[in-house]
Amino acid sequence: METLDPILAEHPFLRGLDQRHLRLIVGCASNVRFDAGQTIFKEGEEANQFYVIRSGKVALQIYAAERGSITVDTLGEGDILGWSWLIPPYNWHFDAEATELTRAIALDGKCLRKKCEEDHDLGYELLKRFSNIIHQRLEATRLQLLDLYGTHA
Amino acid sequence: MFIVEREQLQSLFDALIRRGYALIGPTVRDSAIAYDEIKSVDDLPVGWTDEQDAGRYRLNRRSDQAMFAYAVGPHSWKRYLHPPSIRFWQAKRNGRGFNIHEEERKNSPFAFIGVRPCDLRAIEILDTVFTGREFVDASYESRRRDAFIVAVNCIYPASTCFCSSMLTGPRATGGFDLCLTEILEPDHHQFTVEVGSQRGEEILQDIPRRTATEEDAETFRLLMAEAEARIRRRVHTKDMKEFLYKNYEHPQWQEIANRCLSCANCTMVCPTCFCTAVEDTTDLMGNEAERSRRWDSCFTMDFSYIHGGGIRSSTRARYRQWMTHKLASWVDQFGTPGCTGCGRCITWCPAGIDLTEEFRTMQESENNKLICEEVKTNGNT
Amino acid sequence: MEPMLEVELSEDRVAVDPMVPSLFAVTRIHRETRDTFTLTLEPPEGNGGFNFTPGQFNMLYAFGVGEVPISISGDPGDGRLLTHTIRAVGSVTKAFCGLKKSDSLGVRGPFGCPWPVHQAGGKDIVIIGGGIGLAPLRPAVYHVLSHREKYGKVALLYGARTPNDILYLRELEQWRARFDVEVHITVDHATTAWRSNVGVVTRLIPRTSFDPSNTIAMICGPEVMMRFTVQELLKRGVESSDIYVSMERNMKCGLGFCGHCQYGPLFIWKDGPVFSFDRIRALFAVREIRR
Repeated sequence: METLDPILAEHPFLRGLDQRHLRLIVGCASNVRFDAGQTIFKEGEEANQFYVIRSGKVALQIYAAERGSITVDTLGEGDILGWSWLIPPYNWHFDAEATELTRAIALDGKCLRKKCEEDHDLGYELLKRFSNIIHQRLEATRLQLLDLYGTHA
Repeated sequence: MFIVEREQLQSLFDALIRRGYALIGPTVRDSAIAYDEIKSVDDLPVGWTDEQDAGRYRLNRRSDQAMFAYAVGPHSWKRYLHPPSIRFWQAKRNGRGFNIHEEERKNSPFAFIGVRPCDLRAIEILDTVFTGREFVDASYESRRRDAFIVAVNCIYPASTCFCSSMLTGPRATGGFDLCLTEILEPDHHQFTVEVGSQRGEEILQDIPRRTATEEDAETFRLLMAEAEARIRRRVHTKDMKEFLYKNYEHPQWQEIANRCLSCANCTMVCPTCFCTAVEDTTDLMGNEAERSRRWDSCFTMDFSYIHGGGIRSSTRARYRQWMTHKLASWVDQFGTPGCTGCGRCITWCPAGIDLTEEFRTMQESENNKLICEEVKTNGNT
Repeated sequence: MEPMLEVELSEDRVAVDPMVPSLFAVTRIHRETRDTFTLTLEPPEGNGGFNFTPGQFNMLYAFGVGEVPISISGDPGDGRLLTHTIRAVGSVTKAFCGLKKSDSLGVRGPFGCPWPVHQAGGKDIVIIGGGIGLAPLRPAVYHVLSHREKYGKVALLYGARTPNDILYLRELEQWRARFDVEVHITVDHATTAWRSNVGVVTRLIPRTSFDPSNTIAMICGPEVMMRFTVQELLKRGVESSDIYVSMERNMKCGLGFCGHCQYGPLFIWKDGPVFSFDRIRALFAVREIRR
């Protein structure tokens, strides 16, 4: 899809990739849109894609029986949604729901996994970028864990 | 300078008592030389001397009748200028509100007898803390304003003294009303008297004296030189502040913490430690309340407490706070180091920790590191 | 022979003992969240009003219980009444919680160094609060908004525990409705009824528009939150001398005599509680000097 090329190349996540790798990735990309309230994926489902959010807001949720569904993170414009497509057995670990009209680029994880196995350079470039995202999310999660605003007797 | 005979010293005491001063001076009590109310020269530790070392204090009898042949004991003058506990005010409930009655400050003015040069500097330091900044501490100010100071130069510094390194002694250079130096020889016993203020000048009129001769002045100079030579502990104070600021993580702090009991003795005996805890209390019925303060110490666990917990929970952090404050941060806060070299913290530490020793260890280890690095780089060329 | 040190005092310095509080009467108590409430106080009769600058605090005394430092959270442009937002965490703050209209409490102050609202003219302003930290920042927000033309872009970022713990929610929404302020709110976790942001407040910074080379940032909240927020701002290119934080320490007298509030060589009551980050950078990094 030629029209996606410049959008993806501009995105901070993919910046710095050489043309060859960018084309490989674009080959797995498609435009998607989610209405407000629409479920993007549910915990346990097969994780075969990840999303580059172009606009809108997505809530990551966990369902805890007595407490119901709890939102633990929200992602917005520019954020990457989903890395479970990289980790076997490739299942989603959270629910994701669009809280408002959300437009994103979906990337076919299954397709990309195959390409990464064939081209390890591409695999390394992607993993470098994903490990950075995972690091940021982990740090943020740990801060949330501290319950900083709670009273600590 | 004047000379007053030993027999005439009592007239100085009497002159002060006549003017309504309460005399506070050194006296033997509980096997130490403490500062307490005195009336006569016989109350002084005549014929006594002290033997001090890290964690050690003894009084020994002398073979003569010297009245000031010792250094400092566990008391300092902050006991009288900045008392261990005072009340600020009392309050009584009144309808939906309450009325506050401030504490009246009245006491006879003090005459401090036998203030050592290190303690003179300590008083100057407390003056800056309590009267030299934005707010004035009313209690300190009322006790300090009328205090009469009779300083005494040190002839027999203790082994724990290091006033010469801190540039505070063994000779007093100012900050007193009168300053005495004891001259005890086989055939005469007298005092040189230096006048430091108008008040001192006025009191001196009541005391039989003669003007000092050139010979007297020479004896005085020799005595002071001998006293200075007797001081054995030395501290290299050059760049002390910068050094301590750079070494918050020095391994020696943990080494000290392994020995320190955080008993707070050092802060109690230190003549410049001024930290207090403010306390609000009430009676059982909740109708009367009062606010008071008492001495506190940064060595206690809850000194740095805020909701959630204390900040300095390890002994290491607390010792580091005390020593860095005393020798470094104090300079940024008040213009001079907070340490006067009186040596009390060394003598009265049950673990025998000597901050001059610890500081030297840190300096030497840093020097060794620099030398090693130099050798390494030079070895490579 | 040198003259004795003369102890000089001016008459008015000794006239009122600064350890004696003034009595203020409670005119209004408003519950903000589960454990936080705002007291509005009236100065004693004959007093012109109460003047303070944003970021300053008072020592508040609950009769018979004790005294604590609380930041002033009201509008510095309105000196008639004094406002404090208090979180009930200890015996003194819980006693304040139990006060009724017309009850009295003791006030000493104001103390402390304020937020740099006067030095920030012509710059972008980023205000970041966490939890109860929004209370000491609110006077700065009031000041900036009532002198809006003096500043560039203005952004307010706020993080709370859950939607029920959001402080000043109505005012935040009013500010958000203005076109000249960017407001982002986030919580640590929420039920799905909450349709806005979830996550730590640092995550809001990349989404906020400001010029890092011409910005003053003011941060207040738990020390860990301030630490990570400062890092994020430095990463974005804001100078450490343009980042201001509000430090809290055990404060007992507010006058510099009791020694408790020392932070290295600095006294929080006098040199703070607001500090520019470059001034305290070295201390911030040392454990058991910082929290």
